[in-house]
Amino acid sequence: MMRSTIRHRRRNEGSCPKGTASRFRYRVRRLIAVPGLLWGAVSFAQQPADSSRTSVAGERRIEEIVVTAPRRNEVISSQTLEGETLRQLNSYSIADAIRYFSGAQLKDYGGIGGLKTVNIRSMGSQHVGVFFDGVQIGNAQNGVVDLGRFSLDNMEPVSIYNGQKSAIFQTAKDFASASAVYFETRRPVFDSLRNDNLKFTLKGGSFKTIDPSVLWEHRFGDRVRGSFNAEYLYTSGEYKFRYAKVDGYDTTEVRKNGDVRFFRAEAALFGDLNDGEWRAKAYFYDSERGYPGAVVREEPGKFRHQDRQWDTNFFLQGALRKRLKPFYSLKVTGKYAYDFLHYLSDPRLDVTTMYVDNRYRQQEAYLSAANIFSITPWWSANVAVDAQFNTLDADLVDFVYPQRWTVLTAAATSLQLRRVSLQGSLLYTHVTDIVRRQGEAAADKDKLTPTLVASYRPLAGQDWQIRAFYKRIFRMPTFNDLYYTFIGNISLEPEYTTQYDLGMTYGKTWPVGEGELGLNAQADVYYNQVDNKIVAMPTSNQFRWTMINLGYVEIKGVDVVLDGCWTRGRWAVNARLSYTYQQAQDLTDPTSPFYGDQIPYIPWNSGSAIVNVSYGAWHLNYSFIYTGERYEQAANTIENYAQPWYTSDIALSRDIALKNMSLRVALEVNNLFNQQYEVVQCYPMPGTNFKIILSLTL
Amino acid sequence: MRYLLIACLVALPFAACRKGEPVLPSTQIPVTPPTHLDGSVKGFFLLNEGNMGSNKATLDYYDYETGIYSRNIFAERNPDVQHELGDVGNDIQIYGNKLYAVINCSHFVEVMDVTTARHLATVSIPNCRYVVFKEGYAYVSSYAGPVQIDPNARLGYVAKVDTTTLQVIDTCVVGYQPEEMVVVDDKLYVANSGGYRVPDYDRTVSVIDLNTFREIRKIDVAVNLHRLELDRYGNIWVSSRGDYYDTPSKTYVIDSRTDKVTDVFHLLPNSNMTLAGDSLYVYSTEWSWYTETFATSYAIVDTRTKTILTRNFITDGTEAEITVPYGIAVNPDTGEFFVTDAKDYVTPGRLHCYDRNGVRKWSVTTGDIPAHIVFTDRRLVPLDELE
Repeated sequence: MMRSTIRHRRRNEGSCPKGTASRFRYRVRRLIAVPGLLWGAVSFAQQPADSSRTSVAGERRIEEIVVTAPRRNEVISSQTLEGETLRQLNSYSIADAIRYFSGAQLKDYGGIGGLKTVNIRSMGSQHVGVFFDGVQIGNAQNGVVDLGRFSLDNMEPVSIYNGQKSAIFQTAKDFASASAVYFETRRPVFDSLRNDNLKFTLKGGSFKTIDPSVLWEHRFGDRVRGSFNAEYLYTSGEYKFRYAKVDGYDTTEVRKNGDVRFFRAEAALFGDLNDGEWRAKAYFYDSERGYPGAVVREEPGKFRHQDRQWDTNFFLQGALRKRLKPFYSLKVTGKYAYDFLHYLSDPRLDVTTMYVDNRYRQQEAYLSAANIFSITPWWSANVAVDAQFNTLDADLVDFVYPQRWTVLTAAATSLQLRRVSLQGSLLYTHVTDIVRRQGEAAADKDKLTPTLVASYRPLAGQDWQIRAFYKRIFRMPTFNDLYYTFIGNISLEPEYTTQYDLGMTYGKTWPVGEGELGLNAQADVYYNQVDNKIVAMPTSNQFRWTMINLGYVEIKGVDVVLDGCWTRGRWAVNARLSYTYQQAQDLTDPTSPFYGDQIPYIPWNSGSAIVNVSYGAWHLNYSFIYTGERYEQAANTIENYAQPWYTSDIALSRDIALKNMSLRVALEVNNLFNQQYEVVQCYPMPGTNFKIILSLTL
Repeated sequence: MRYLLIACLVALPFAACRKGEPVLPSTQIPVTPPTHLDGSVKGFFLLNEGNMGSNKATLDYYDYETGIYSRNIFAERNPDVQHELGDVGNDIQIYGNKLYAVINCSHFVEVMDVTTARHLATVSIPNCRYVVFKEGYAYVSSYAGPVQIDPNARLGYVAKVDTTTLQVIDTCVVGYQPEEMVVVDDKLYVANSGGYRVPDYDRTVSVIDLNTFREIRKIDVAVNLHRLELDRYGNIWVSSRGDYYDTPSKTYVIDSRTDKVTDVFHLLPNSNMTLAGDSLYVYSTEWSWYTETFATSYAIVDTRTKTILTRNFITDGTEAEITVPYGIAVNPDTGEFFVTDAKDYVTPGRLHCYDRNGVRKWSVTTGDIPAHIVFTDRRLVPLDELE
């Protein structure tokens, strides 16, 4: 089997995944001489092809050769971490990987249990759609997804898209957010002799962290593969942090009540059909965590935060994709999700707090049908209709128990000319809310939003592409925005974003001696507007707020990503650099003395670097993150100024081949120089910490 | 690799490095020309609450003689105090030679020297709200009473603090979430809000006998009480915040001789008030979900006749520039008065000074959520004159 051979070769020899991938792509493109085949292929191959550049995907490309061809559709800026680069990163969760993407800012409340949300191109985290195995993770209650909850174990690739994923054969929801994060469960791969793969992983390290997991992959006959994964994690979340002032106080304290315990179990099935495929997934996550709270002045050691939160999340989802006619393919996607959250703050444990004991239950049902028509070899069209139903039940006083129907209809078309690709899509969104008390539901919303994407290859035979997109989209006010007792405001309008982007990519591979050198570069300039921004507005005192459509923000930015690789014999070096410049100005109120100031937590300059060196079975990874100066509030005053922070992480690992087994041993050191910093005001981050990973594959 | 190098070189000039975290300096803003003082008031302290969880309570000082407003003076005068002033400054008062700042979410009263604003001590009282004084004792209201069988029904208390030893020597349980207090002879009155018990607000003012330090009665007034002001005729003016829905904010009067409610002003919504002679300055700001604006009103009540003298004490139209009035004070010497504007609560607010006729004299930018003002008859020693 070609797959396993390549896999084998990669393990033992240096490799250059991206360069390799692009080289394969070229071959593939030359192979496809019959254009008719191409569009037939789009239908069943779009999803795996679009978001994958992994070595694994690369292998798939070879096997199912038509799959890769529609990579030409990749006309919108995206970034992906995958394969060895992803595996070598020092990370617990998806959030840790996302920090390396250009244009993305992670808001991190610190520690393994601290909330982690991503803000792409400064439009706000509620504008980022998060898609797990192709289906969006919803949170109708507050619109944000905690990326710290999704383990990187058994995950690849992780991608972010600005605007939308440029595949047009996708659900209406894929068109419905300003930017998106996609991550996928690893698809099981078997060599010719095996029907089972087993992998045991044990991670442990600082903060009393213990994190065992098991993965079992099984082949059920020729056409169905399964993947079963379970993980448990406990961490005390305790770490030292230091606040010091020049010629002033210098205090080292310990973060308390940051413990986390979770159990996660996933089962996924992947099936092949004639001219199609299907997949199904069940996901269960159960956790308990403490809230360490903001670090504010208190008498040292006198009181201790004791607030706790319990979460149970469950979902079941599936998708089926089939080419029914040479010119027509159908994709059906469905999901049911149940989310339970219990929050407890008890003055019997912590005298300073008031009693809060609330339970929130959310349910979501979702069904989508996407239809692609390959009208001519170079022209295709997609019509996708999604329907979704959300409910929120909470034991709050005067709660209205909101329910929401959302119907999204997307019509998209794609033109593939010799050097030019054009895509246009229109999304029609209808939202109806139902509440228990008459007259207290927000009015129905009907919105039509467009996207236009164009790309151009100036030179034939060169991997050089110039591209641009325009997109207007909105986010709905969340249930909290509209209905939270006292705070909610049912007259809220959706919050809009408008994006203009111009960029280019360039890729090239050179043979160097016996090895090769590959380089990919990507650069974008963009201008975004956020209007009708939903902001919290205090009412009569600081303990009572409401939500209003007030803000207007303009963002001008530059994203640059460079990645290069070099291989020679057993040596391989991968390097990835990203840089972001953003000017994100609050232009809400011209009479405000802070008009035009940079919005909170957006640095003007930020960047990251990853360098990965492999020699045979040894891997050394160094990663660096830089976040420049920024302000913690809307007013850019000295009181709100936050210094730059930058951390270096390092990891060393070795693959050890045993009889019928392979063992991987890794040692990670995070925040190597023990920088004491905050990402969010009053939420200190951990200093130097360690992790050891043992992983045994049978 | 050549490109990588170029990229590094391009990125370098932007990449500033981290420096030592400085102690935040105060900012001096001249707002009036230096003036000669006739009265005893030398200046005032303004306590900015700072948004909850941001540890941004700050202290400002205005000096009448120099006409200079100094913003954020605590940190530079107390560089060794860990985490500066604290989280949510809820009240500030002067008693004897000491300045008391009640820091709500830091759970203590910060006690400073009134002439230097230097830290002397903290008095630990969880969830403390307001402070008053009587004969050598400070009385501090707190939400954090004992927890009974139902943790939701948690009464508040008043702590009695010896101002020489700065120790809590006794506590007295009162109603739910007690707020402002006044002392009339041997009786302490405290307004119970019950703000955490929506929709079952408290409706009472608790009366404590200061000799026994026990609650002797509860006076039923109205829902969600907050402010108390004692006038020169033994009447206590009480603000009720209403329930933010159907029951509007109102002003009530309790006669301290009978401990009975004697008057109710249905058309005097009351967010905050302060007394100057017989004039009770009252403002109200209520959020309207219909218009998405604040309905703000200002009034002066004659406490002798219990009649409303005027419905607008800012007379030059500049009240239009106030987004959310949040604090009010009257200089007892000159009659000039101050109104603070909390704006959106997360950006610096404004302090406006008006002459006794309601014409604006000056304005200055404060810290976040400027709220509580106390006048001082001892000048704050400038930083460079401290040893």
